[in-house]
Amino acid sequence: MKIRMLFVLVMVLALLAACGGTATTTGGQSSAKPLRIAVVMPSATTDLAFSQSMWSALKAVQAELGGESALELQYSENMFKVPDAAAALRDYASKGFDIVIGHGSQYGSSIQEIAPDFPKTTFAWGTDVNTFGLPNVYAYTAAAQEGGYVNGVLAARLTKSKLIGVTGPVEVGDAKTYIDGFVQGVASVDPGMRVGKTWTGSFSDVALMTEAAKTHIAAGADALTGSSQSVVGSIGAAKEKGDVLWFGTQSDQASLAPNIVVASQVYDWSSILKQMIENRKNVQHGGDTFVLQLKNGGLKIAFNRTYPLPDDVKKAAEAAIEGIKNGSIVVEP
Amino acid sequence: MSEIITSAVLIGILTSAIRLATPYLYAAIGEAISEISGVVNLGVDGIMLLSAYGAFFVALNTGNLWLGLLTGALVGVAMGLLMAFISVTLKAEQGISGIGLYMFGLGLSSLLFKTTIGTVKTVVGFQPVRIPLLSDLPFLGEVLFDQSLPVYSAFLLVPLAWFILEKTTWGLRLKAVGQTPAAADSLGVSVDRVRYLAVCVGSMLAGLAGASLSLALVNLFQENLTAGQGFIAVALVYFGGWRPLGILLGALLFSTVNAFQLWMQVLGVAIPSDVAVMLPYLLTIVVLAFTVSRVRGPAALNKPFERGEH
Repeated sequence: MKIRMLFVLVMVLALLAACGGTATTTGGQSSAKPLRIAVVMPSATTDLAFSQSMWSALKAVQAELGGESALELQYSENMFKVPDAAAALRDYASKGFDIVIGHGSQYGSSIQEIAPDFPKTTFAWGTDVNTFGLPNVYAYTAAAQEGGYVNGVLAARLTKSKLIGVTGPVEVGDAKTYIDGFVQGVASVDPGMRVGKTWTGSFSDVALMTEAAKTHIAAGADALTGSSQSVVGSIGAAKEKGDVLWFGTQSDQASLAPNIVVASQVYDWSSILKQMIENRKNVQHGGDTFVLQLKNGGLKIAFNRTYPLPDDVKKAAEAAIEGIKNGSIVVEP
Repeated sequence: MSEIITSAVLIGILTSAIRLATPYLYAAIGEAISEISGVVNLGVDGIMLLSAYGAFFVALNTGNLWLGLLTGALVGVAMGLLMAFISVTLKAEQGISGIGLYMFGLGLSSLLFKTTIGTVKTVVGFQPVRIPLLSDLPFLGEVLFDQSLPVYSAFLLVPLAWFILEKTTWGLRLKAVGQTPAAADSLGVSVDRVRYLAVCVGSMLAGLAGASLSLALVNLFQENLTAGQGFIAVALVYFGGWRPLGILLGALLFSTVNAFQLWMQVLGVAIPSDVAVMLPYLLTIVVLAFTVSRVRGPAALNKPFERGEH
């Protein structure tokens, strides 16, 4: 009996070990010491949304700096449990990574607790603006309302049913500011147009997100948007209907449904990452708050070339982008 | 309120509810079969995930939805064999081994997804099939008889499971093994064999629950696609008092309230979204608290059978 129990214990432990967040290195071994960046993310690097936006930026910076011999990257994904994420963050810091990123607004308190123990390590977290007054912590966020506004202008111009649906996860952070901006964009075209909003209460519940999108469509909406990694369900529902348009955010979502995605607001964290790397050369390890904006190039509107966007609509969107950049249009977060 | 709830909205709510209830029905009826034999399988969510992945992968690469569905079921059976081996043959603590199975399914499905598919893709899933004549019925026709095949079969599973549990020898054996395994054993029923079969059938249904998600309802696979639906299915078994009809009522209640809150949000009824999202869970707890039935669970639930003990 004892041997049996031992066997079972070993098996269960093996299972547990197999399923904790997966850590993967894409690094090289070279004589010159490469810079090392580690990132802890709440969802997968392939989520077509928040986590993917950071991972793509890291890969882009790595390529720019000269590949794996110049910049070593490591990530832990699907760290939706904060204590696991905190353990991973501390682990990376003690392994001597130069920059440790907690890519999720839920990781703030962990960063606040860990950063003072590793004064030579650069920590960064977001989306938030709080550096806790620590000299080695950066905070970063995205002015998601800006691209939301542009998407709203596009949606209001393109809808035929005059009904627009928003499928959101939880009313917090950039999910909320994106949608607030979107509603303002719609109102700028037609103040009377109705925007129906649903919140599923979860960033990851794809099934409920799908049903929320189907509900909007059944109610007559022909233009949808939404935020979080679970919106792939909404995009799927719109794609299946065939004539319902989608407006993306966080990552370029056109690949999932090339015929119905009109445009996506893309978060490009690479300029921020480069700034952090640059600052390390001047022995600055934190203290600043970065905000992605259309103006500073951190936010980009990626128009989907496959979708036949009428010229006048595209001009209206470009005018909105210009207006936000030069300050003539102010989008409230 | 009466102006908001038009018949079109009501049809919308019920159609949504029936779709939403589908994976819960498969998974919870499967879990009930397993539990009636005396084995709690908390790995349902993990089985759903691995099967949803397997079904999606096969459908994506072969273009054949039926082959995908079959794969989902087979993955379920394989996971069932693993669970049965750990909990019946090795007599491990069922709760712990179930959680282990869940994590195994969660981790492996994520890993396989990343290595074999890489990014989120969609398939054209099972389409709604209108049943002639019945679908022309006013109101109910649209709600009940314009759904996809995996949805119909989930609802047909309810009377089928009832019949098997109540009217067949196998159903009686199952109950005997779950209530008084020693007595069943003395009558020549192989407790282990019955439990193996029950766990495997239950896991196969969990597999179909996963496949119904990735091939009929959501039509894509993403890591942690189920987001804990398997655990709600386990709760529904208790809610339904281990009876298919009770499970059906529980699943419908939960998903109708969920569909209702989505519609209320779409229509702009001024309730805070946090309250709306809480509603299905809240109501389920309230109903559970007030109707807690006199139904007792299988007496040997969670107890490994050891011949000669007691």
